[in-house]
Amino acid sequence: MYRRLLIAVPYLWLLLLFLVPFGIVLKISLSDLALARPPYLPQIDVSKGWEGFANFLSGLDFENYVWLTGDDLYWKAYLSSLRIAAISTVLTLLVGYPLAYGMARAPREWQPTLVMLVILPFWTSFLIRVYAWIGILSTEGYLNQFLMSVGIIDIPLKILNTNTAVYIGIVYTYLPFMVLPIYAALERLDGSLLEAAEDLGSSRAGAFWLITWPLSRPGVVAGCFLVFIPVIGEFVIPSLLGGSGTLMIGKVLWEEFFSNRDWPVASAVAIVLLLILVIPIVLFQRNEDRAREAER
Amino acid sequence: MRLSWFNTISLTLGFAFLYLPMVILVIYSFNESKLVTVWAGFSTKWYGELLKNEEFLDAAWVTIRVAAMSSTLATVLGTLAAYVLVRAGRFAGRTLFSGMIYAPLVMPEVITGLSLLLLFIGLDIDRGVMTIVLAHTTFSMCYVSVVVSSRLASFDTSLEEAALDLGASPFTAFFLVTLPIIAPAVIAGWLLAFTLSLDDLVIASFTTGPSATTLPIKIFSAVRLGVSPEINALSTLMIVVVTVGVIVASLVTKRAAVARAREELAVERS
Repeated sequence: MYRRLLIAVPYLWLLLLFLVPFGIVLKISLSDLALARPPYLPQIDVSKGWEGFANFLSGLDFENYVWLTGDDLYWKAYLSSLRIAAISTVLTLLVGYPLAYGMARAPREWQPTLVMLVILPFWTSFLIRVYAWIGILSTEGYLNQFLMSVGIIDIPLKILNTNTAVYIGIVYTYLPFMVLPIYAALERLDGSLLEAAEDLGSSRAGAFWLITWPLSRPGVVAGCFLVFIPVIGEFVIPSLLGGSGTLMIGKVLWEEFFSNRDWPVASAVAIVLLLILVIPIVLFQRNEDRAREAER
Repeated sequence: MRLSWFNTISLTLGFAFLYLPMVILVIYSFNESKLVTVWAGFSTKWYGELLKNEEFLDAAWVTIRVAAMSSTLATVLGTLAAYVLVRAGRFAGRTLFSGMIYAPLVMPEVITGLSLLLLFIGLDIDRGVMTIVLAHTTFSMCYVSVVVSSRLASFDTSLEEAALDLGASPFTAFFLVTLPIIAPAVIAGWLLAFTLSLDDLVIASFTTGPSATTLPIKIFSAVRLGVSPEINALSTLMIVVVTVGVIVASLVTKRAAVARAREELAVERS
């Protein structure tokens, strides 16, 4: 008795507020745009019973998906989101790996504090962390002021509202997701392995490539997925730091919904985005399972 | 072990990159000038302006209410969900259940927001504070259940069994034995849910109506017009609150860990 109730409460909550809404998105993505409220057709006519349901089903089609493939904007936005996510994942790795490495090599008693220092920005508002870069990167911003006063440049650089600003924003806000898994892998590394390699005549760089890098790879892979997956659907960073040339699918979906009020197309955009995300998510799960088995 | 020059440089640069933007933000919030990028002397006037700005105060109040309600609800539901995942054994639809717990963690916010908005419109619910609370509860309960279930999975079930053998009802056993043991994870889950809700822009924008504007929505629309000293002041206040909160929380958990270690040591000796 107890047990059923216990299961039912969270189960029903998630069914109603996660699965059902998702079904609605799927259904609307197969509907047609209508100039009414809600702005799509067909709707299920409950009073007619089965016949109403059959009418409803015959009114659904894949027109919106065909529309997505026909318009350049959408597939360019998907490709560009994937490209931005891939490039920024590599950049985050380049910044994050040395930091994680330094943390793992720091004296033991510092390490908990260093970990906390990496996590702390994660608790402060995402929006504020992105906002902080507007003042730094704008044409009259602190970076340009600094570079001009030192004499490196004469004309201010245009960084804000370009893809460069988007990359900087992503690396900055997603850095903890990259650093923590890599640090966790490096921290477990047995130092005597490196000593052995050096005793046997390996150079420092050689020991790194032969021992440290392969052993830290599960952390690197996990970190890359943790950055890559959420960045694909990112909205805040491209809309605050990016410019008119920054195409990302999260922004397209937002505009399709709020500015164009085309709900069926917005829903179709969402469904295709999810289908794209399934691949990296499944790969990530497999990587995690393998890492867990290796630990046993 | 001493730090090599390479590690010293990578630590210094890494942490400078993480903290410099926020330090600059805090410093310039005390700038006299309306022009944010030009320093014109120390002043706290923007904090005064901020406290006089009723729109921001209203939005802050809405945000805190939403965060308090949704994080509490999410903690109850998430703990329940974790208990079901770890302890309930097999039941029909278990795979679907665990899928629904993990899926929201990787779901892009724009999709979660869109789908919930379409649900609220379909059910003809007036959008406002309550709909944001429902939306935030749904995604943050999943985070809570992940945090709590890892703690539940790692502790000794024989304690619960002993309580049941000694005649406690499952209900009493949960509140007297299980809950005190998983309490740190439950509290951590609540804090996580609270900050997730404070922070959220995208889902709140989709699920709110004209009657309720949260602080992130307000900040976002202000920030789109550029940098302003008032927003700098507001950001500084939020950074200070979070920093103090995290430091206090970590000190409390550290003290609890020390106390527990001492207790265990005393038990071993006796």
